[in-house]
Amino acid sequence: MASSKTATKDIITLRGSAAIVSEFFGYAANSILYNRGVYPEESFAKVKKYGLPLLLTQDEGVKSFISNLNSQLSEWLEAGKLQRIVLVIMSKATNEVLERWNFSIQTDEEVVEKGVSREKSDKEIMREIQAIMRQIISSITYLPCLDEPCIFDVLAYTDKEAEVPITWIESDAKLIENPQMVKLHSFDTKIHKVDTLVSYKNDEWDEE
Amino acid sequence: MDAGRYRSSLRSPLSDQMPLRKKPRRDLDRFIPNRSAMDFDFAHFMLTGGKVEKECAAQCSPSKCAYRKHLAEIFNINRSRILSFKDKDSPSKDVFQESFSPAQTPAKRRRHIPTSAEKTLDAPDLLDDFYLNLLDWGSGNFLAIALGNLVYLWNAMNGDASVLVAVEDDVGPVTSVRWAPDGRHLAVGFTNSHVQIWDSSTSKLVRTLKGHRLRVGSLDWNNSILTTGGMDCLIINNDLRIRSHGINVYEGHSQEVCGLKWSVSGKELASGGNDNLIHIWNMSMASTNSATQWRHRMEEHTSAVKALAWCPFQSNLLASGGGVGDQSIKFWNSNTGACLNSVNTGSQVCCLLWNRHEHELLSSHGFNDNQLILWKYPSMLKLSELYGHTKRVLYMTQSPDGYTVASGAPDETLRLWKVFGDPGKVKPAAKMTEPFPNVARIR
Repeated sequence: MASSKTATKDIITLRGSAAIVSEFFGYAANSILYNRGVYPEESFAKVKKYGLPLLLTQDEGVKSFISNLNSQLSEWLEAGKLQRIVLVIMSKATNEVLERWNFSIQTDEEVVEKGVSREKSDKEIMREIQAIMRQIISSITYLPCLDEPCIFDVLAYTDKEAEVPITWIESDAKLIENPQMVKLHSFDTKIHKVDTLVSYKNDEWDEE
Repeated sequence: MDAGRYRSSLRSPLSDQMPLRKKPRRDLDRFIPNRSAMDFDFAHFMLTGGKVEKECAAQCSPSKCAYRKHLAEIFNINRSRILSFKDKDSPSKDVFQESFSPAQTPAKRRRHIPTSAEKTLDAPDLLDDFYLNLLDWGSGNFLAIALGNLVYLWNAMNGDASVLVAVEDDVGPVTSVRWAPDGRHLAVGFTNSHVQIWDSSTSKLVRTLKGHRLRVGSLDWNNSILTTGGMDCLIINNDLRIRSHGINVYEGHSQEVCGLKWSVSGKELASGGNDNLIHIWNMSMASTNSATQWRHRMEEHTSAVKALAWCPFQSNLLASGGGVGDQSIKFWNSNTGACLNSVNTGSQVCCLLWNRHEHELLSSHGFNDNQLILWKYPSMLKLSELYGHTKRVLYMTQSPDGYTVASGAPDETLRLWKVFGDPGKVKPAAKMTEPFPNVARIR
């Protein structure tokens, strides 16, 4: 049965799109932290978002960390200066990078320069985001187990001219050697297109 | 019918055999998570034999375009900054980890840091000169200490001491010692501006380097390059593999160079001088075409900078300490030259050492308390203060295993402190080797 293609299109502004992307990142980061076991399951509470039951951390420290992060990301997104966001999961003991969740962002420059707005159905964007969240949740089927306590970090790739507040410092890329990469779905607000990619350290068991 | 010649016309003599079953290292399974994301052009290209096509400027095959775009994306990194969010006010990330793994909490609790020295050794004639670097602990587990005109080696395993170098009054006293990364060769700087390289296993003088005009107070190694800093304000890079060892000279300081440290990566050199300046030099910028040889010049200190230490767990982070008129420890991003933090310690900072096992920094001080202070990084909380010396703690070094710190002072003592942790309490999780390598895997 073909779905109705006459869905109404909603107007998306640059600010709205930035809000959608940073909100998505907040939920995605929480999802990843829950699924990968970076923080204990009891510290998460269920909420409904994007038509899915998602988990948000209740720990004040992590909450404020992510919300501070998000406000800066929205600022950069509105200026069109953000190229990608990377959530890095590292072993707490050895600081070795185990997983790298890469969200690349392509911004429609015309919108940033001229301030026009685009049209796309809100429902459709929600559906695309829902698909990505589902994929993140199901990623535990192929990602290697993280048995040791881990910490996470967030890196932002910005243009050279971007304004950087003092809470952000220069960092190296924290890449993984010989990673296995899996590309997940992407979503597009017509102003920002976000691709998701997870790269993880090769499980030694598979190496011949 | 000449079958042989006919066949050879189809294949040029040097063509490579296409392996039919070439298994790529990645993508070991055929799971397609996202059809639109699969690079079918590339896959097709590989399947059909990978012939190299002559490029036509008008049309570019889609796989080439995609490849070029991918390359551009990778190299785009040079045009973008990578930033990491470091919210200094929320250390609760660490706190949470403690409750997460209750079985391992004992190892993560604040460890007991002994406040008195584990061992005190006699160091007669240890010079009272802020600008010298007379103590170093090599990877061979020998501690080298310069006492006047002599250099002693102390075997940390059994406590034996022996004299390696003894010079005359016209050459010495010794102004700096530094072990090479191999733990066998020792570089010794003298008041007469010479630098001698000694082989500690044979106790022989291997080479004498001349180049400075005044005493050589600081030394550091970068593989086979020995960098020397002198009272003549020059920093000379010496390549010990070649006959004409001086390969370049860094000019920039206007007074004695007392602090010299190569970064962990070996690409950048930090130098501190009596002119209150810190310079960061880049090996690749050694040519004299640029207006200034240094990459960054940091002028914020208000006193001589001898204490320099690169962070082992965060790249591009440099810690520096100022002398009696400054008394602060400052943290720098060596990429941008920006000052990230400055902490007033209340006392002259003589030496700095990072803890390789925890996120901690140890500083040694002079008047009034002559103590060592252990700081937690990045919060810069004082974890412990170690007292014992009765004169300013001018020299400090750490053991090759990174758990013990040796400090020397003109009170003629050399003290050993077990301040960076206890090797016996290392968590088994930190070990990378598998406990049962012989057990067969169940697949």
